[in-house]
Amino acid sequence: MSRAMNRKEGLPRIESAGLDGWMVRLFERIDEENLAWLGALARRCEVEFGAMLVDLVPSYTTLLVVFDPLRLSPASARQRLAALLVDLEPETAATGGEVRELPTWYDPSVGPDLERVARHAGMSVEAVIDCHAGREYHVFALGFAPGFAFMGLLDERLEVPRLDTPRQKVPVNSVAIAGRQTAAYPAVSPGGWNLLGRTAARLFDRDREGFSLLKVGGRVRFVPVDRATFERQGGDATPVECHK
Amino acid sequence: MSKYTVIGLHVERAGPLALLQDAGRFGVRRLGVTQGGPADLHGWAWANRLVDNAWGTPALEITFGGLKLVAERDLTIAVAGGDLSATLEGRPLPLWQPVSLREGQALAFAAPRNGLRAYLAVAGGFQAEPVLGSVSCVVREGLGGFDGRGGKLADGDRLAVTADAGRRVQEKGLPAAECPDYASPATLALLPGAQVADFTGDSLFAAFNRPWRVDDRADRMGVRLTGPKLACRIGSLISEGIGLGAVQVPPDGQPIALLNDRQTIGGYPRLGALTPLSASRLAQCLPGQEVRLAATTLERALSGQRRFRDAVAG
Repeated sequence: MSRAMNRKEGLPRIESAGLDGWMVRLFERIDEENLAWLGALARRCEVEFGAMLVDLVPSYTTLLVVFDPLRLSPASARQRLAALLVDLEPETAATGGEVRELPTWYDPSVGPDLERVARHAGMSVEAVIDCHAGREYHVFALGFAPGFAFMGLLDERLEVPRLDTPRQKVPVNSVAIAGRQTAAYPAVSPGGWNLLGRTAARLFDRDREGFSLLKVGGRVRFVPVDRATFERQGGDATPVECHK
Repeated sequence: MSKYTVIGLHVERAGPLALLQDAGRFGVRRLGVTQGGPADLHGWAWANRLVDNAWGTPALEITFGGLKLVAERDLTIAVAGGDLSATLEGRPLPLWQPVSLREGQALAFAAPRNGLRAYLAVAGGFQAEPVLGSVSCVVREGLGGFDGRGGKLADGDRLAVTADAGRRVQEKGLPAAECPDYASPATLALLPGAQVADFTGDSLFAAFNRPWRVDDRADRMGVRLTGPKLACRIGSLISEGIGLGAVQVPPDGQPIALLNDRQTIGGYPRLGALTPLSASRLAQCLPGQEVRLAATTLERALSGQRRFRDAVAG
């Protein structure tokens, strides 16, 4: 059983988020256990608001609930949310879904920050790979770009800051770390995270049901593969320095 | 896409930024996909209304001007929103009313005269394949638009419309007194947010009593305002969802009002959120223009929104 929400700190709280939204703040701190509560609330909102629901944006400690204010007044939306919170229970592990595996080729050519991260951590490159691939991560939030999942928590030994100067172009599918989080880039974009390798998984696909491979509350494991396997699975082995 | 789709307009010159927009992309924000949709919902909605289109019909958002289109068939159109010195065959195009465009006639947008974004609606709507439930074009995400890949209009594009795009409409147009003057001083209504009390008293006084200047760092993601430096006791939050019109204040103390293409989550403290109509109004402000922020209530914001929607619904 997960810990209960700390109602003493005045949580959960329903905060103003504009004419068409309420921010439900469930927690003050980032914790993997938050996700089961946020997921449960999201599902309750879908049922309660039905077609009047416009969007839900779950993130680390909060759920932004966006509704159509012309069909449901902000005051009644708030009341309904308050009622949903009264006896909220976290989702059980069974509803949390399967663990997504991201086959990943860890190599300095596609992960140019591997060696620097290893030096920073006082570990060998192999140990960094084992450490990154050695645990299951939870998806805390999606944002920055379609399908970009903020995952954690990373082993403390791998905690490195973002780059001082972000790269102009991070290749698609780059696997990266920053602080105590990890992510994979679903599309080419600028980015300041430290690149460790590249996954062969298709992270965002407009033609696939659900579009994004990763969802908030989901669990993820990076599985090291060699170059041949990576390429066989459709991975693009073009080195980062050629992506300018 | 409807099988009655035909080519309605040829893009002779695309100009800097012309985008297809329906009401926006909804239900996928949890995947990190932004809302998109017209930056000035008000102007977009009126352009559609003036040619009898239903709410949500795709129309063109033309920013700055520079666009030149040639009709490939007879069309009924309306242009609302900003005045970008539009001409029809070289003569000034009347705005905020339906206009008949004959095959071969040229419609050109030059430069902003009043406001920044014009909306061009055609009877029956522009036709494109929805992506993730919407045709709204978000260049950064590579989603929507005529090509489905987030492409803005390009020279030589041929824009699809419905076969009855030349139908007559009953609309007479908006009385001049009701057409917005975007050059007039704008007061933006803001619903105070949860962190408003974390700003210092001086900062709150300044936020709501001093003028703000629209910076040239402004796009469909957000509009930066420059003025007195605002101080907040909290530097950053754990990232959380951000709504349309949210006014965030990064550590440099200069607020950014977030618009349709904003990132879905963010971690700067917020003064609150502009009402949808005020976000629309801000989207028509040119860099250098002065705006003021005024706190409002949910009740007032809601009744304003209802009036607007009732008016465009006719």
